[in-house]
Amino acid sequence: MPNKPWLKEGLTQEEYEMIVELLDRKPTTTELGIFGVMWSEHCSYKNSKLVLKTLPTEGECVIQGPGENAGIIDIGDDQAISFKIESHNHPSAVEPFQGAATGVGGIIRDIFTMGARPIANLNSLRFGNLNNDKVKYLFKGVVSGISSYGNSIGIPTVGGEVYFSSAYEGNPLVNVMSVGLLDQENIATATAEGEGNSVMVVGAATGRDGIKGASFASDELTEDSEKDRPAVQVGDPFMEKLLLEASLELIKTDSLIGIQDMGAAGLTSSSAEMASRGNSGIEIDISKVPTREKNMSSYEIMLSESQERMLIIPKKGKERVVKDIFDKWGLHAEVVGKVTDDGMLRIFNGENKVAEISAKILADEAPEYKRESIMPEYIKSINEINAEDIKSKDFNNDLLDVLSSPTIASKKWVYEQYDYMVMTNTIVGPGSDAAVIRIKGEDKAVALSTDSNGKYCYLNPWRGGAIAVAEAARNIVCSGGKPLAITDGLNFGNPMDPEIYWQFKNSVEGITKACKELDTPVIGGNVSFYNESPKGAIYPTPIIGMVGLLDSLEDQTTMHFKDEGDLIYLIGQTGEELGGSEYLKVKEGKVDGYVPQLDLNLENRVQKTVREAIKNNIIKSAHDCSEGGLAVNLAESCFRNGLGVNIEINEKTSKKALLFGESQSRIVVSISEKQASKLENIAVKNCVPYEHIGVVKGKQFKFNNLINLDVEEMKAKWETAIEKNL
Amino acid sequence: MKAGVVTFPGSNCDRDVFHVLQNIFEFDTDMIWHKDKKIKNYDLIVLPGGFSYGDYLRSGAIARFAKVMEPVIEFAENGGLVLGICNGFQILLESNLLPGAMKVNDNLKFVCRNTKLTVINNNTPFTNQYKNSESIEMPVAHGEGNYYIDKKGLMELKNNKQIILKYKNKKENPNGSIKNIAGICNKERNIFGLMPHPERCSEPQISPGKVDGYNIFSSIISYINKRGDKVAK
Repeated sequence: MPNKPWLKEGLTQEEYEMIVELLDRKPTTTELGIFGVMWSEHCSYKNSKLVLKTLPTEGECVIQGPGENAGIIDIGDDQAISFKIESHNHPSAVEPFQGAATGVGGIIRDIFTMGARPIANLNSLRFGNLNNDKVKYLFKGVVSGISSYGNSIGIPTVGGEVYFSSAYEGNPLVNVMSVGLLDQENIATATAEGEGNSVMVVGAATGRDGIKGASFASDELTEDSEKDRPAVQVGDPFMEKLLLEASLELIKTDSLIGIQDMGAAGLTSSSAEMASRGNSGIEIDISKVPTREKNMSSYEIMLSESQERMLIIPKKGKERVVKDIFDKWGLHAEVVGKVTDDGMLRIFNGENKVAEISAKILADEAPEYKRESIMPEYIKSINEINAEDIKSKDFNNDLLDVLSSPTIASKKWVYEQYDYMVMTNTIVGPGSDAAVIRIKGEDKAVALSTDSNGKYCYLNPWRGGAIAVAEAARNIVCSGGKPLAITDGLNFGNPMDPEIYWQFKNSVEGITKACKELDTPVIGGNVSFYNESPKGAIYPTPIIGMVGLLDSLEDQTTMHFKDEGDLIYLIGQTGEELGGSEYLKVKEGKVDGYVPQLDLNLENRVQKTVREAIKNNIIKSAHDCSEGGLAVNLAESCFRNGLGVNIEINEKTSKKALLFGESQSRIVVSISEKQASKLENIAVKNCVPYEHIGVVKGKQFKFNNLINLDVEEMKAKWETAIEKNL
Repeated sequence: MKAGVVTFPGSNCDRDVFHVLQNIFEFDTDMIWHKDKKIKNYDLIVLPGGFSYGDYLRSGAIARFAKVMEPVIEFAENGGLVLGICNGFQILLESNLLPGAMKVNDNLKFVCRNTKLTVINNNTPFTNQYKNSESIEMPVAHGEGNYYIDKKGLMELKNNKQIILKYKNKKENPNGSIKNIAGICNKERNIFGLMPHPERCSEPQISPGKVDGYNIFSSIISYINKRGDKVAK
């Protein structure tokens, strides 16, 4: 490719020709590098924009929708929550510890640049099967990277999910969601305005790490990807902690026009995006940027993704304030350029001009592609799954097998490595439906959840996307909260493949429908394409991160059974639905069948019923029925307090579907006996099916005459399954 | 009553301790900056948890050289109450204010969970509101909490009744510390370091709902009240 350098920058021939036309000349080496990252999928969303436009982004609670570093929602009392999810899949595939660690670091910066103090992180992880040594290495590395960075910086890691499936073997998913709290008066923006205002680089010095990471993220993983390890950044949580404190201190001084994280595509994207948002230009002299290494070229400085850096536009004459605060925290803060009014991003190396491109062209005028979309062949050959297709001898063993499946098993091995209590706000930590984090000084809390079932999305992307939203909302409701808004982490294969694009398009449409019905707008997110390895594409995995509000701490509810004698009710209805179930996968090794139906109207009414019952203090425990079905749901509620159950339920479906089917819109609640009529009245009022299915009793798990197991024995299997696999 | 909480760069439990002292126990509480060469007269100084200076070398190894440690050591030598929690405990060891050393957890992993503990000595300013042998629960969250001391040192700790808190048994011990030690004091009983986080279990609202750390702070208050106002305001 000696005479086609654009190919090396990840640009197509057509894109190169477009660039020549827009510039009216050939680009310089640095300029070509800049286009390469800015027009990469990671920065420009060129393949996804047209589809994403359908997502609902407005709602009563939305203060800031997509387009900034992170979205913001109103939680009353002049307070707000900023949150976002982001992927770091490819870096984690080649260097799991640093890849995951810098994934945490990157999303935290997005939150505190909005003026919010991060109060919680969640992470949504996908790996191959744990019987593979490479997978074990990736799993341990990712968990320890998250642990190292999150613990050190002092932000609790309070929840998330981990799934294991061969579909992710060559390409794990590491999506991190960060949530921050701020006073509405302190909202910061990432805008460059005001001709002559200084442009400052603050935080860490710039090195040669992570050069062109954004382009690396926008390509498939190959056997040669190990060579791209230098494209993975190296994280320094200590530096980030200082940057966090300094930035929040600075934002409160009201000295800023704008502030932006230098994430993907570093100085290039931060300057182009800030200028473009403010309809301004920016001039930067890269010889003034503090560097870690000598003789860095302008290309390297512009494209480095060294971590823990920010671009800041102070108000006129406030440079001193910035310098003083960053000095106090021992950090660099250098004026490297100024804001102009001509809309151009102009880069100098001393006297030498090395790049001159319109900021709008870079940030907003990347090509937008409407990709071809074809229903995949495999969808046509999906089979209906009947109960007799699954061989089973003994439901006791079946339940133990499903509970020991790493996807269902306790994630204690993972979350005990995370500090989930620092900041002393964690009311409900990992291992429940949603994490609950109190807001100090107020009688309220936020509930946080991440959800996505890749198997569902593979078998039916539309319904899988919608179910991810519905389940996230159900989790929030079970914890006592009202669902408010979501962030979406959309992980897919190569969008140039029409079948992958079909998965993407349908998933987003499903999410759109569910968000509209459940009134949870999308306030930001992330698209990660090219999640493919030589073994093929991952399951389509749109991860939904949801935030809800508990307007009183009294509403806080957990999934654990509390007292003997309490009655157990199933809200919602079980159908003959074994398609896409974990049971099918565990027993038959199959991912097949029709994904459970989702009636969003019923979903709404089920959630309303449980919310109303929680508000009226009727409910002692509530637990969403999801992977593993009713049997797993009940078992999980037994474990914490070591209580048993006696379930006597009508068998209207096959026994297998009753125990392990994953019908949607179901929540199991426990109540004291005297509350029964009140609960039933609320269910009737909302036209929701319900059934009294049993009682909390003893130490045995008894389910009709199908299952009879010792709770402690079940718990031991469930709790140690992951460790045993390592 | 006045308390000071030291913020080293990388401290991350400083605000948590401040919150508990100021809002739950109504201490008049200051944050003390690591560069301060002089400090006010306090009834209590807390070295909080976190990763001071990143703790990339050995936990607390850099923090002992912070400017603020000079007046903190002087304060301690004059009988002032110093409480070191987690990273604060590590810093007390590195500064030789307490004997022994801290190793990486025996399973080489960070551990965050609730642990069962036994109060070994309640005759201190920090534990007088507990009963001897009382079983309590407090959370831990650390990667380097594997306390070690040589035989001679251990004998001295025992003889002087300086072992204040132990994990209930080997199974409860999250880090492999010698003799299940979780917290020790100096001979004079005015310096106390512990790995568990009492500030994380002083309010019933937060998980896991236990408030067994509350009495660490109420002990301090009781001691200060009984001692009378010896420390000049």
